[in-house]
Amino acid sequence: MSGPSPDTDRSTKAGAARSLTTVPPALRFLTCGSVDDGKSTLIGRLLYEQNLIFDDQISALERDSKKHGTTGDDIDYALLLDGLEAEREQGITIDVAYRYFSTPKRAFIVADTPGHEQYTRNMATGASNAELAVLLVDARKGLLTQTRRHAVVASLLGIRHVVLAVNKMDLVAFDQSIFKSITKNFAQFASDLGFKEIVPIPVSARYGDNVSSDSANMPWYSGPHLLSCLETVDAETDSDGKPFRMPVQWVNRPNSEFRGFAGTLTSGSARPGDEIVVLPSGQTSTIKTVTGSDGDLALAGPGNSVTIVLNEEIDVARGDMLAALRDRPQVADQFAAHLVWMANEPLLPGRSYLMKINHNWLTATVTDLKHRIDVNTLAKLAAKTLAINEAGVCNLSVARSIAFDSYACNRATGAFILIDRNSNETVAAGMIDFALRRAANIHHHHSTVSKSARAALNHHRPAVLWFTGLPGSGKSTIANLVEAGLHARGIHTILLDGDNLRHGLNKDLGFAEPDRVENIRRVGEVARLMTEAGLVVLCSFISPFQAERRMVRELLPEGEFIEIFVDTPLEDCIARDPKGLYRRALAGEIKNFTGVTQPYEVPQDPDLHLMTVRDQPAALAAQVIDDLARRKIF
Amino acid sequence: MASLEPHTRRLEDEAIYIMREAVAEFRNPVMLYSIGKDSGAMLHIAQKAFYPGKLPFPLLHVDTTWKFREMIEFRHEIARRFGLDLLVHVNEEGRARGASPVSDSGTHTQVMKTEGLRQAITKWQFDCAFGGARRDEEKSRAKERIFSHRSANHLWDPRQQRPELWRNFNTRIKPGESMRVFPLSNWTELDVWEYIRAENIPVVPLYFAKERPVVERNGALIMVDDERLPLLPGETPRNLSVRFRTLGCYPLTGAMLSHADTLDDIIDEMRASRHSEREGRVIDHDESSSMEKKKREGYF
Repeated sequence: MSGPSPDTDRSTKAGAARSLTTVPPALRFLTCGSVDDGKSTLIGRLLYEQNLIFDDQISALERDSKKHGTTGDDIDYALLLDGLEAEREQGITIDVAYRYFSTPKRAFIVADTPGHEQYTRNMATGASNAELAVLLVDARKGLLTQTRRHAVVASLLGIRHVVLAVNKMDLVAFDQSIFKSITKNFAQFASDLGFKEIVPIPVSARYGDNVSSDSANMPWYSGPHLLSCLETVDAETDSDGKPFRMPVQWVNRPNSEFRGFAGTLTSGSARPGDEIVVLPSGQTSTIKTVTGSDGDLALAGPGNSVTIVLNEEIDVARGDMLAALRDRPQVADQFAAHLVWMANEPLLPGRSYLMKINHNWLTATVTDLKHRIDVNTLAKLAAKTLAINEAGVCNLSVARSIAFDSYACNRATGAFILIDRNSNETVAAGMIDFALRRAANIHHHHSTVSKSARAALNHHRPAVLWFTGLPGSGKSTIANLVEAGLHARGIHTILLDGDNLRHGLNKDLGFAEPDRVENIRRVGEVARLMTEAGLVVLCSFISPFQAERRMVRELLPEGEFIEIFVDTPLEDCIARDPKGLYRRALAGEIKNFTGVTQPYEVPQDPDLHLMTVRDQPAALAAQVIDDLARRKIF
Repeated sequence: MASLEPHTRRLEDEAIYIMREAVAEFRNPVMLYSIGKDSGAMLHIAQKAFYPGKLPFPLLHVDTTWKFREMIEFRHEIARRFGLDLLVHVNEEGRARGASPVSDSGTHTQVMKTEGLRQAITKWQFDCAFGGARRDEEKSRAKERIFSHRSANHLWDPRQQRPELWRNFNTRIKPGESMRVFPLSNWTELDVWEYIRAENIPVVPLYFAKERPVVERNGALIMVDDERLPLLPGETPRNLSVRFRTLGCYPLTGAMLSHADTLDDIIDEMRASRHSEREGRVIDHDESSSMEKKKREGYF
């Protein structure tokens, strides 16, 4: 090992040293910053200096340093944390690693997060549970895009305390002016990020300057070293002084005598006799008992997992929120929020995603993407979509009203995740800004003549026949024949297709993915209104994405959406090419053409599967009409 | 009973939260019970999480048939005392083939533990399995999610882990897939022992020092727990005061010389130790990423 030797006596005790006085909950922090700024090295060094690495781990580290190390003959501390094979081979951090250590003053849980831009989402993951961020900067390079990005993401995720660790000071001859200039630049950049406190510290992670002891190389610096800063920072918990909130996680009903609501207090306190409200229902009650892990409690506080029994018998289910009667959260089905996008597939406004929020699963749609945030300048940029690792502000609409707080007020009850309905991947982290009142002010007007009354007058039931397939597969031809057949049977119909909608209602939309999604959403809404009028609505749209077809299905009552897959092999469509579009697309004249440059997601389980290679259009139309009769549409 | 430090209380609250979330979200959860101290702490927390109700899931022990005898006795005793629904699964095919940790430790672990666990999950169609693993045990575990997805073939893909934000767990799985859930993810070894002491949780006597017959093999002290351990030429069991820091298959579990026979002594000894917890595990030392390999294949 080279450089100043850390003050460690290997014969003394290792592992977690702990004082005998009360141990507060651990400080949860993360390390972030650009790749190669030395995040893993800094934490590795800190653990080493604190004598928190076991002998057998040191020998493994020495072995691994020879094999994978990036520091020549020295120990590569980063290998203590980069635990995955792929990470060790490439010498980079890919995923968040959690390390646990304590000093006589405090216990710590540190999330060591990756610096590469492509893994920004993992950094956001580490930030979501942290109270403090140690942001590293390479003294030679100054603030990089990725430094700024991580500062923005930390701020978005509600971190209020930042340690700006200006690392590799040994490589700039411990020059104070460099440290000062980086510190000043960062303060300017971060002035709008809402940090409560920024502590700049000049360090050398590799040689241990200002890591857990004061550096002799930088006598001009009089502030705390990193460890002493972490030990003393007052990262007041998020929930201090906030009103009572407990999202109901699980209803405990072991027998008919006992009905308790289990959950974890995200803020405030609960004691027997407290008046509470259950949201979104708005029913009120008082707390009878609060059972903690050691029996009944006189008082439960933030973070406690409890089971609450109420005095009144009211309807409470998982996903409801118990809240202070006189200081309630918001309730809405539309709200504005910040999003950090985490999936390879970009955000598509109008697409239906799943949202998990406060133990609720809801379908959710981004109704309006207001802007993307430029992480270099914090400028608001117009955007139609968010790509992986991008952040933006949007309006969302969810399937039913739920209770929440703004994220700025409560990091637990104001946060949500979005999930892709096909892959089940987590695609976004969301932070709610405020409820949109529009939803509250538009009340559904109940009309006297009901949908069923209209259907009775028509002598048939309404339905949506959704023809989907490749361009040129024969959708419109078959749909036309079906409409003619239905009309002849006295059934009231309307045919919607790309031609009559894109020339009017949807003429503002193009053919890129976000526009295709919005196109289908509007068609779905129009079709739904027409079923209210009692019509059989024939819709002929390529509708390439499974998610949008499902979205329309879910707009309608069970059984009213009939998905008809017009299945024609691509070669046949190209050969047929009734509008000459394939020829132009293949020649590169048309962008975003389904089947050529855009994917078509084949229906997994259509209600009707029409094979055009087997039957003529008239026979296929007859199949559809027979099927409607079987379904008792007429 | 000593009251818990706020630090430990927070960890307990978190573990309760995790267990309740899994029970609320999954159709058929199970708790993997390894008989060790972490399982003991996890079981104790589960009883609190669902109080006054009973545990809303069974326990499962994947028995490799080479556990210490005292572990199996302890398992019977705990199941009886708490009235637990305890399932035991042995990979009978592996037993018939004569898999043995003495002749080939790698294959034995793969067949009797990893494959055994996969068989059991498939057999009872569990969609969620609690495990007592902690992130401080090992480097690849430090990277694993609290709700850790397994494919329909029980495989873990460390490169494709879902981001785990706040404590808002994405519990969605497709048919045949499953989730491993680790309520003690954020606990350290010391946290577990302090919790066991504060809550007076029973643990297998093997954790306490006592004179036991051992032989020294490849630098490890292996206990001669029954007649199945063939003695090598020149090996004579010696009675030494030893205890175990972790428990597994006895021929693969190294003992440590110790006189710590109370919880206080164990905690003091651990604080002074210069060695990590898994050092006594023979199977972990093949190479630095061997745990990741085993985990990808479905090992806990």
